[in-house]
Amino acid sequence: MSEELLKIKGLNVRYVVGKEVSEAVNGIDIVINQGETLGLVGETGAGKTTTALSIMNMLPQYVSRVQGEIFYKGKDVLKMKEHELRKLRGKQISMVFQDPMTSLNPVYRVGEQIGEVLTLHEGKMSKGELRKRVGEILELVGIPASRQDEYPHQFSGGMKQRVIIAIAIACRPELLIADEPTTALDVTIQAQVLDMMQDLRNTLNSSILMITHDLGIVASFCDNVAIMYAGEIVEYGTLDEIFDRTEKHHPYTEGLFNAIPNLNVKTDRLNPIQGMTPDPRDLPAGCKFHPRCPHACDACKSGQVPVYRRGTHQIKCLLAEEWGEKECEGEEQV
Amino acid sequence: MSTPIIECRNLKKFFGTPYGTLHAVDNVSFALEEGKTLGIVGESGCGKSTLGRTVLGLHKATEGQVLFEGREIQDLPPAEMKSLRKEMQIIFQDPYSSLNPRDTVAQIIAQPMQIQGIYKTKAEINERVAELMDIVGLGPRFANTYPHEMDGGRRQRVGIARALAMNPKFVVCDEPVSALDVSIQAQVLNLMMDLQEQMGLTYLFITHNLAVVKHISDDIAVMYLGQMVEKAQTDDLFSHPLHPYTQALLQAIPIPEIGHKNSIKNVLKGEITSPIEPKPGCRFAPRCPYATEKCHSVEPAFRELEPDHFVACHLFGQ
Repeated sequence: MSEELLKIKGLNVRYVVGKEVSEAVNGIDIVINQGETLGLVGETGAGKTTTALSIMNMLPQYVSRVQGEIFYKGKDVLKMKEHELRKLRGKQISMVFQDPMTSLNPVYRVGEQIGEVLTLHEGKMSKGELRKRVGEILELVGIPASRQDEYPHQFSGGMKQRVIIAIAIACRPELLIADEPTTALDVTIQAQVLDMMQDLRNTLNSSILMITHDLGIVASFCDNVAIMYAGEIVEYGTLDEIFDRTEKHHPYTEGLFNAIPNLNVKTDRLNPIQGMTPDPRDLPAGCKFHPRCPHACDACKSGQVPVYRRGTHQIKCLLAEEWGEKECEGEEQV
Repeated sequence: MSTPIIECRNLKKFFGTPYGTLHAVDNVSFALEEGKTLGIVGESGCGKSTLGRTVLGLHKATEGQVLFEGREIQDLPPAEMKSLRKEMQIIFQDPYSSLNPRDTVAQIIAQPMQIQGIYKTKAEINERVAELMDIVGLGPRFANTYPHEMDGGRRQRVGIARALAMNPKFVVCDEPVSALDVSIQAQVLNLMMDLQEQMGLTYLFITHNLAVVKHISDDIAVMYLGQMVEKAQTDDLFSHPLHPYTQALLQAIPIPEIGHKNSIKNVLKGEITSPIEPKPGCRFAPRCPYATEKCHSVEPAFRELEPDHFVACHLFGQ
């Protein structure tokens, strides 16, 4: 039985700018076990990155209001002191950021940027030893150790992304958060990076939170999947449950699958989801998806939508009422 | 067979850089018939966008010809070129930077009409703007909004309306849906296909998304480092890709279905080499698993191996 590594309970994040309040994350629950990969899928503005940043307790404090609990190995990250967080970040939990072009410092050598994490978490070591360690990490991500003295601009996009992964895995983290790690890359390079992350998962037995909007990446990489819409998790299940087209699904999940052109099926027209993603400053009442949902009825337009569960599979939709058991919400919200 | 609406012959576009000559488009030839869609696929930096712009005359070609309805367009006097621009338009990749933030939607869509001066009165222009907004599915209430007030999908619709303002025959679509979310992407793709059917448009559709290009194109050309390596009918290309690069590209796409877990294999080693002063021989040879001596020294010709299926590779005997 694998161990619970990360547990998010009732996470709410609001961004407050002046009088405007954006409801970025609205009461989500996530569990990631040791060695497991969870795919967090959603469109722009669904709250994926906000969720990731709150796990590291890295949201800008002056604009964000965070509620809920995030347990990492049983300790609440949100209640940790700054010096405790400093030990956690980069060492036990680390993050691969989306854009390789802007998340490296252009004026430091690549090797220095990897070495920084090592010296921060593993104490001072001799120059020679540091160079050796940095070289090893670079080779782990498929870059010759001799290139540690080069600057980021001397690397291609795919190599920069690998350097960022190298920084993230330098201290062998137990949880790796990858925020759209391949969106900026071409498909053949994307395949290389994903292949490399798969190897790392096998050698380090790390857990990965894979944030993406690409269902193809999820299908080839993840164990479990959470579908996010307007700050809520609307469906959660194992890979097989989510990708089994004969299973019951949330209408948004259905919509996502129907909207992508399928390479194996010839269709004349795509079936887009009507309408636009809602503005987080002005979310609809009731089910957040009801204005775009083809099955919406009056009951969807107000009140809380319960989560229905069947085994490991959860759907937050009134249509699933007969499909699964109602989740007791009372216990969750303390 | 009718005259192709657009034809390129041995088109080259080189840029001078401090490190040498960058071969952005190197000896590309193709012909596109009216009402068809040619998809151009390739990775970033392979010269897709430069090709699109050179075809429109936005870049002056270093060598080679571009024929629009059989007429060479590159040495046309400016006045004639201006009037020809009515026939050929472009939809840009980034709906965030290709619209002037200081203009309202109506002003943006009206601009090509004012430049070309085809409508005499303001009322006529307004009428046409309203008509175009209706065609692309933008409600009249958006006429006086600014681009920053709209989301990506609507902005891209403004870009499409502007491109259609002159009733063009030929439109270069440079990654028109790459910046959009999947649910919005499908809306815009449907719109573009509907418009093509209604107005008989011809598209040169540039993208790196193979699923999108398969959906919308009649023919697909694959580019690698400034050169076309393969061109075929869409179904043909997907069912039996010939060039090793095309094969690798198709294998690298993650498929959103179960049973593909851990299916991504590191099919290609190495990175795209530099397009600056490329070495002789096949450009793909350094990454190609089948490369031979000959591939590193002799550039393969782009030739028709089967009817309508062109490929540039030494693996296929003369």
